[in-house]
Amino acid sequence: MRTLPEPFAGWFAARGWTPRRHQLALLDAAKQGEHVLLLAPTGGGKTLAGFLPSLVDLAGNPRDGLHTIYISPLKALAVDIARNLTAPVEEMGLPITIETRTGDTPVNRRARQRENPPNLLLTTPESLTLLLSLPEAPALFGGLAAIVVDEAHALAGTKRGDQLALCISRLAALAPGARRVGLSATVAHPEALRAWLSPTARAEDVRLVETRGGALPVFDLQLPEGRLPWGGHMGLASAPEIYRRIEAARVTIVFVNTRAQAELIFAALWRLNEAALPIAMHHGSLEIGLRRKVEAAMAEGRLRAVVATASLDLGIDWGNVDQVIQVGAPKGVSRLLQRVGRANHRMDEPSRAVLVPANRFEVVECVAATEAVEAGDLDGEAPRPGGLDVLAQHVLAVACSAPFHPDELYAEVIHAGAYATLTRRDFDDVVGFVEDGGYALAAYDRFRRLFRDSEGRLHVRGKQVERQFRMNLGTIVETPMLKVRLRGGGVVGEVEEWFVSTLEPGDCFLFGGQVLRYERLDPGAVIVGRGGEGEPRVPVYAGSRMPLTTYLAARVRAILSDPRRWRQLPEPVKEWLRLQRLKSELPPGDGLLIETFPRGGKWFLVAYTFEGKLAHQTLGMLVTKRMEKLGMAPLGYVGTDYVLAIWSAFEPANVEALFTEDILGDEMEEWLAESSMLRRTFRNIATIAGLIEKNHPGQEKSGRQMTMNSDLIYDVLRRHQPDHILLRATRAEAAQGLTDVARIATLLARVKGRIRHRVLEQVSPLAVPALIEEGREWVAGGAEDALLAEAAALVEEATDGAEHFAETLAEVTDPLPVRGTSVARARSRDKRRSRYIRGAPKMVTG
Amino acid sequence: MIAAPIHIAGERLMLDPAGVLHWPARRTLVVADLHLEKGSAFAARGQLLPPFDTRETLARFVPLLRRYGPRRVVFLGDSFHDDDGVARLQAQDRVALVQALEGAEVVWVAGNHDPSPPAGLPGVVVAELRDGPFTFRHVPTAGAMGEVAGHLHPKATAPTRAGGVTRACFVTDARRVLMPAFGAFTGGLDVGDMAIAGLFPRGSRAFLLGPERLYSFPLAARRTAARSVTYTQPTLTIG
Repeated sequence: MRTLPEPFAGWFAARGWTPRRHQLALLDAAKQGEHVLLLAPTGGGKTLAGFLPSLVDLAGNPRDGLHTIYISPLKALAVDIARNLTAPVEEMGLPITIETRTGDTPVNRRARQRENPPNLLLTTPESLTLLLSLPEAPALFGGLAAIVVDEAHALAGTKRGDQLALCISRLAALAPGARRVGLSATVAHPEALRAWLSPTARAEDVRLVETRGGALPVFDLQLPEGRLPWGGHMGLASAPEIYRRIEAARVTIVFVNTRAQAELIFAALWRLNEAALPIAMHHGSLEIGLRRKVEAAMAEGRLRAVVATASLDLGIDWGNVDQVIQVGAPKGVSRLLQRVGRANHRMDEPSRAVLVPANRFEVVECVAATEAVEAGDLDGEAPRPGGLDVLAQHVLAVACSAPFHPDELYAEVIHAGAYATLTRRDFDDVVGFVEDGGYALAAYDRFRRLFRDSEGRLHVRGKQVERQFRMNLGTIVETPMLKVRLRGGGVVGEVEEWFVSTLEPGDCFLFGGQVLRYERLDPGAVIVGRGGEGEPRVPVYAGSRMPLTTYLAARVRAILSDPRRWRQLPEPVKEWLRLQRLKSELPPGDGLLIETFPRGGKWFLVAYTFEGKLAHQTLGMLVTKRMEKLGMAPLGYVGTDYVLAIWSAFEPANVEALFTEDILGDEMEEWLAESSMLRRTFRNIATIAGLIEKNHPGQEKSGRQMTMNSDLIYDVLRRHQPDHILLRATRAEAAQGLTDVARIATLLARVKGRIRHRVLEQVSPLAVPALIEEGREWVAGGAEDALLAEAAALVEEATDGAEHFAETLAEVTDPLPVRGTSVARARSRDKRRSRYIRGAPKMVTG
Repeated sequence: MIAAPIHIAGERLMLDPAGVLHWPARRTLVVADLHLEKGSAFAARGQLLPPFDTRETLARFVPLLRRYGPRRVVFLGDSFHDDDGVARLQAQDRVALVQALEGAEVVWVAGNHDPSPPAGLPGVVVAELRDGPFTFRHVPTAGAMGEVAGHLHPKATAPTRAGGVTRACFVTDARRVLMPAFGAFTGGLDVGDMAIAGLFPRGSRAFLLGPERLYSFPLAARRTAARSVTYTQPTLTIG
């Protein structure tokens, strides 16, 4: 198709626009009845391209009922797009109705939408799931002509993406003629994304339309004045430079990597803000109303800068942003491009971005990322296979809508790319789980949620099951959070429950840009006052840090190992690397450099593995377990994005034996039994699958035992039915998700026979950042009990066993000797207060 | 397994790291809050928790009966998660329980979850049991002397250098013992909660359960319900 039909051609011409090539390509695909994936950078008229075929069709053949469903990962985006579409439709006088449906849609409008749906419905994966679980779903979706998935790259490979993929398979069963349109940023794995979108799980059944971005973004590397920091990730040393850049631009987004960093950078900027520039902050823990206000102020051009986390990675196009500053390492090339693309949303002009590395390694990482962008490379994992927990939720959703036959549902599900490799056994076990829990002990026959009729179809057993399904719908499982409420005032946001458990009345912390003083805990809310004395702490949030991507890690290694590639590096970094070459050696591009050296009465082992913090934490646990068996008495370890550092009482010998693939065997099994990360994974899976009930934020617990502790279930299930479907799902997810076991396996295989061990007399230049890294994991036998024994003994020693009541109380056992030399000393309260919380607490079980 | 002796009213009681209490002078074994058949109680309401909790709880409890060989076993209430729980017992579990209790005097103290006698199981049901200086009852009462009670499922978080470690625990002072919940599916209430802290106006000591031994920490007296545990000096750093 070369041109647009009327009235579209006239409407475009009146604005002096010509339709873009990809917009016409999508029209053509629609005409041929083909499914299509559009890869285009932001600002390319991508969304309009997705809708144009539907508008053209409806303009020519007006009709009632649902024609196109649009799914976006963000509610706000759906609402914004509805507004942007309504304008041209009204201007052209087209007989097309457009509405949104999200969690915020009022009940009366939802009811009306069921009776009388609009032509175009804009929604989210969760709301679509809910619509599909209604008995009237077949009537509602029967005439559907198109399914448009926006930001497909951000959905594929996530649990929300799994949920959406299953919903789309369902839609295909209800409306076999519906075309699929995927809209996505440019990605590293377009084939995988096509397969994800495809109705046959085959990439070739989806046409690919790709628009290369016009100009490459322009990067500046901003170093702090004075000394370049060795460690730290906050980038506070560069605050004056960041502020000057904000002053010089019209509108800036300052992207940071964590919420804690957002609070600190925001505070640092305001300390410098003599001109009182309107600078705001945006992160996922701020109260939703506050976030909306910041977004609105940004849209209206009332802000000069906003300090933001990933909460602004996606979202409404602001257009007027002319500068993006990334503080801290970018962690991934695709992520960097996504962020940079938030500035200057016009395809033909380059986006400008400033990279502000916080330490020396981050300088190398920034340079590596810049080179990757120049080379046109992207990173990111291909979408992983769909989760069984999400499938369980889907099975219940389908059953709530109408009785189904397992054979038919299985055939439907494996048409989704994410579930193409699902075995019939796993599918049947998931259905069994939904039916009666799927336990080896046939105890719950009377309590089944589904029952089978004589034709083998499964029916839902009553309204209660449907109610439960609706209550627990969704794949986002929140960490237990508490609202932060000002005394006599409103809610300012929320913090994780465990953080509150580390506070004492009078302690203060930085939140939402102000210092708050903790007063007391009310049911469901933390009561705080403004102000406070002493250095405030900063709440950190579990799992909020993105790990370094494998691709970028390889580029960092390649730069480090090859002095010819140091040209782009600033002088202090070059000097640092030269010194490393002199005192030890440079980490090889391929193998693995391990240094050992004595320091302060201990031995240190530093492995230059470059696999990201998560993988290093897991690897640290496994290697220290092995060291323990070999009698090296490991005392602790720390993982950064780049290296793993372990300290021990005795000199580590034969280090090759510590980094072999077989640590993924025995040590792995032991670790799985007690890993808090695995428990967290299980909790999420059990919640999504509907085994335990979702925490509803803000809802008061009416009794102390109302929510069932997932750790207890995990322990019992592991002992009595280790191959239960939810445990299988947990292990599968652990292999790639939180624990990055897959990355460790690849690393160990890659470096086999290529380990370089250097025994040094002292710490090497490259090892310094790791040794000053915060957030250490202590080993102490690797287990809670050794830690408890040590803590009990310390308290005993310090109090001379003094009791708070008069009479004698016999003591338990002889206190165990304290291991190691640098154990936590009993620090004074004031000192303790001034310390930031580092890292999530290990095992807060209950 | 090393049990910890404590002395109340001149009597010696042994706190077992498994979460039971033994009174050697009377060869009495006390266990609280088994909440048997909690899994099936949830299942009856549509939440299909694993049905293995009773088996798991008994697998931990029966060896203790064998080891102590008590003359009397006191179940301190909430032995079943609900009054129908006993009827839902799997045959295999019922047999295991009855066999293990053989030869002992069995006292079921009524709990709020299980006020009625457990039909078909040996033993007597009482509201509370008095013996010597002690009163064994389910719900603790403020100001009581020589009381052994359950109901509150105490747990405590001990600060260690690798972060807080939370365990079920005994809480005790010179007057009373508050027992940890024994059941496989029993969660806990923090000892800082006023429901527990209020029972110990002059402070107390928590004994956290471990596989081999107990870990003892003093707990300061407290007046307001602010946060979890206030430990007496020295406060250990979490970090």
